[in-house]
Amino acid sequence: MLLVTCPHCGARPEIEFRYGGEAHIARPADPSALDDRQWAEFLYFRSNPKGVYAERWNHAHGCGRWFNALRDTASDAFLATYPAGQQRPDLGGGR
Amino acid sequence: MAQPCRLPAGGRIDRAKPLRLRFNGRDIEAYAGDSVAAALLANGVRLVGRSFKYHRPRGILSHGSDEPNALLQVDRGPGRIDPNNRATVVEAADGIAVSSQNHWPSLEHDLGAVNDLLSPVLPAGFYYKTFMWPQSFWQRVYEPKIRAAAGLGVAPHEADADRYVHRHAHCAVLVVGGGPAGLAAALAASDDGARVILADEQPEFGGTLLHDLHATIDGAPAGDWRAQALATLAARANVTLLPRTTAFGYYNHNHIALVERVGDHRARQDDRRPRERLWQVRARQVVLATGAHERPLVFADNDRPGIMLAESVRVFINRYAVAPGRRIVFATSGASAYAAAADAKAAGLDVTLVDIRAEAECGPGPAMLRARGIDVLPAHTIVGSTGRKAVTGLIVAPVDANGIVGPRRTLACDGVGMSGGWTPAVHLFSQSRGKLRYDDAIDAFVPGTPAQAERSAGAARGIYDLAACLADGWAAGGGAARDFAATPSPTGFRPVRALPTDADAKRVKAFVDFQNDVTAKDIALAVREGFESVEHVKRYTTTGMATDQGKTSNMAALGLVAEILDRPVPQVGTTTFRPPYTPVTFGTIVGSARGALFDPIRVAPLHDWAAAHGARFENVGLWRRAWHFPRPGEDMHAAVRRECRAVRESVGIFDASTLGKIEVVGRDAAEFLHRIYINAWLKLEPGRCRYGVMLKEDGFIFDDGVVARMAPDRFHVTTTTGGAARVLAHMEDYLQTEWPDLEVFLTSVSEQWAVIALQGPRARDVLAPLVEGIDLAAASFPHMAVRTGTICGVPTRLFRVSFTGELGYEINVPADYARAVWEALWARGQEFGITPYGTEAMHVLRAERGFIIVGQETDGTVTPDDVGLGGMIARAKADFVGKRSLARPDMLKPDRKQLVGLLADAPDLVLEEGAQIVADPHQPIPMTMLGHVTSSYWSDACGRAIALALVSGGRARMGQTLHVTTPTGFAPARVAAPVFFDPKGERVHG
Repeated sequence: MLLVTCPHCGARPEIEFRYGGEAHIARPADPSALDDRQWAEFLYFRSNPKGVYAERWNHAHGCGRWFNALRDTASDAFLATYPAGQQRPDLGGGR
Repeated sequence: MAQPCRLPAGGRIDRAKPLRLRFNGRDIEAYAGDSVAAALLANGVRLVGRSFKYHRPRGILSHGSDEPNALLQVDRGPGRIDPNNRATVVEAADGIAVSSQNHWPSLEHDLGAVNDLLSPVLPAGFYYKTFMWPQSFWQRVYEPKIRAAAGLGVAPHEADADRYVHRHAHCAVLVVGGGPAGLAAALAASDDGARVILADEQPEFGGTLLHDLHATIDGAPAGDWRAQALATLAARANVTLLPRTTAFGYYNHNHIALVERVGDHRARQDDRRPRERLWQVRARQVVLATGAHERPLVFADNDRPGIMLAESVRVFINRYAVAPGRRIVFATSGASAYAAAADAKAAGLDVTLVDIRAEAECGPGPAMLRARGIDVLPAHTIVGSTGRKAVTGLIVAPVDANGIVGPRRTLACDGVGMSGGWTPAVHLFSQSRGKLRYDDAIDAFVPGTPAQAERSAGAARGIYDLAACLADGWAAGGGAARDFAATPSPTGFRPVRALPTDADAKRVKAFVDFQNDVTAKDIALAVREGFESVEHVKRYTTTGMATDQGKTSNMAALGLVAEILDRPVPQVGTTTFRPPYTPVTFGTIVGSARGALFDPIRVAPLHDWAAAHGARFENVGLWRRAWHFPRPGEDMHAAVRRECRAVRESVGIFDASTLGKIEVVGRDAAEFLHRIYINAWLKLEPGRCRYGVMLKEDGFIFDDGVVARMAPDRFHVTTTTGGAARVLAHMEDYLQTEWPDLEVFLTSVSEQWAVIALQGPRARDVLAPLVEGIDLAAASFPHMAVRTGTICGVPTRLFRVSFTGELGYEINVPADYARAVWEALWARGQEFGITPYGTEAMHVLRAERGFIIVGQETDGTVTPDDVGLGGMIARAKADFVGKRSLARPDMLKPDRKQLVGLLADAPDLVLEEGAQIVADPHQPIPMTMLGHVTSSYWSDACGRAIALALVSGGRARMGQTLHVTTPTGFAPARVAAPVFFDPKGERVHG
């Protein structure tokens, strides 16, 4: 079980959290301006790297807040967790 | 004579505490401190089981958790029967009954042993080759027969009578293994007050120190050093000592799962202790001091009862004061067996030692033994054994440097101790995702780069010398570098795979994996058939796949593959170790989550009233909901018909409290809902309700429900019963991450508001006398309006809404007052024949009106237009969640499945929900399926059966006859509008 550090509450076991997929994929301001291909990419396409991955977590059974994390998908090590809305720390990886 | 093989003195057993257990119906006398294996051996029991595939007689091979043969069923009384226990780790306890497995009719006379004679037709992978066809025979004939013949124990039939508990712990350092390295690590780690947990799978800490009688550490006998170390650790408040505790899983972020055996070693389990305790430990640092496993030698008939590992012979003699035989031959390729031979001799046994290595390779061992009067035969190989249910002799032959085998001779014996070298127990390290490294000098995989905050120590990383183990453990525990003085340990061995033999290797059974009956020739066959990857060899031959996870067999199998392929071992690689290290009971995993605690049960505030009035309940998610209220003599069908009639003709009362409720409050509450739902919200006036549908971003229906605007900045949102939590999560996600600029607060109020639905033409008559502060007249309180006031003096949010198609109200009251308000309505409604109705009648009533249920008419692939709700979409809205997806080409296809009504030609035929629909029942198979029935009921109001269905291009098929599968063939049914009753929806305005 992962040990996830909520930026608001501290380190907690994984069962307190809900996973939310890849982070920093902003919902387009005007979806109608996107063609089908672009919309499909927003909706379904994810980078899925082996290595550093920015992903969303929700402290569902804690403070309830969404935040982002940098996790190495090969080792499961968390490099950083940070509140939603903050910039991704420059620790490698990235799309 | 009782305990004929018990030595007169010595051992760690307590001779003052005799105890008695039973084996296959026979009394076995033992002492406190014995393992079951030690007790059996002390009583001269050699034959303890039959092998998995060939049903060969098997005895005890080892003394610990690596035991592959001696699997016993343990019976501790009713509800306490447990199969597949290793006799070597089960502690002898007074009154337990153990029995052997996998034989018929008895252990001594097992008809399954015919498999041993049939073995030429049962090679590796025989079932892949033999039981190919007919295909249908696999499930019905082959598999059940094979399962019955090849087997382990029988699962108990009774519920487990024991209790199991879970505990979580955090520590600075977790030390796994309490041998010399582990003790040193724990001492160093706990020196400065840091929290340390030391766990060992055995009842006593000490590992090899428990049976190494002659070693000294820092000038003192090793046993004294051990006692001193344990006393020091026990005196430290920051140290937790966990004996009988196996670390079986090493997971992410230094999360270790351990099982502590709390109860089994006690004679009776009538106290309040659990049987086992699952520890989940999160450690800042982990020290793995898990030791090493001895390798058997691979030679013909190396599995006869009485042939065991050399170090295990030593353990039985020194620790349990048991003679595994009176004439013991040690067969070895390394140095450690010499210590075992010396100890066996010192115990008064007749000892011979055979070493595969040439005299010059053997070091000081032969001279040491000869000085004690032991015959040593260097440069000898083992080519077989004699005996059947117990070994009677070991067949040896000289072998020269070129592998030429000389004349055979048989060494008569009643016990053999074999040693093919040592394999570090790297299981937990491998589980932690650490990379293993092959160390040529010790012919073993050892821990390489750790993947977590972990350090292996001692024999677990291939350090076999006692002083070096202590120093390594001390360093692993964080101690400043220091030396330990200890007697040197005999270490080193020559790696041998299958021993040289003069026999045809294809004709002998030299076992590699004892538990799964895999022989050297099976491995050779697998390689010859092209399985070169060790992972493939493992799966094809099943080597290493038994419950012992190949602890004794792994290196022999790898080495053989490497030898046959003529590749270095690291190129062949090793398999990945996975949890659990040793089998774990289901009880331990489950803990207290069984029976009523298996899953939470949610009941609404009116549950007890419903139960008292004869309700039958159904599970809806975690909720228990009243399903229907049968009267004496009524079946479900009759009850539901009566309940439906009451709602249509007079008045029914229904507990809708399980609906999800979310209070949406704030300056931007309307804007927020405007973006979440497909319909428009900005202009909804306070005091009005609207039915809303929400989508996921992919355009498919996610949830629905009525939303009331209580004030300009306050909405009362309802969701489906099952959707409450996920809708709130969905809203929170968008609010926090996409639109953090919106000022909105979301609060779950599902359990705060109870909801009483009062439905039917007389609903207003029942309600009116009880309500204050609300004008119920139709003109001032129309359908889809909401009012606040009081009912029976209790504050209420009164909704005028209907999921039945009748005049109706949903009365929201604080949950604590629900029962009182319900009782008042119940009393008031008696003159109108008020009738409680359940979820089944609710389903029928809404289907008659064509109202969808999310999850029944929808399945995550259904758009609003598919279910005829396209008109709800606020076209003027630039955006809402899911809008863009609705414009994707696939969402606009005319042949999408659309919601329609279905009326079977036979009016009383209630179609099956989920039944498939085709246009032509005579078309060739596979048929083109057009859709399926989503809801189907008998409708009293319509006087016939009705159904809803999703049908490809359904709205263009009105009036067509389609064909629906039934258990007896196809039934014709006509496509109709999905509204069967009151098509204009006039009754709600009554």
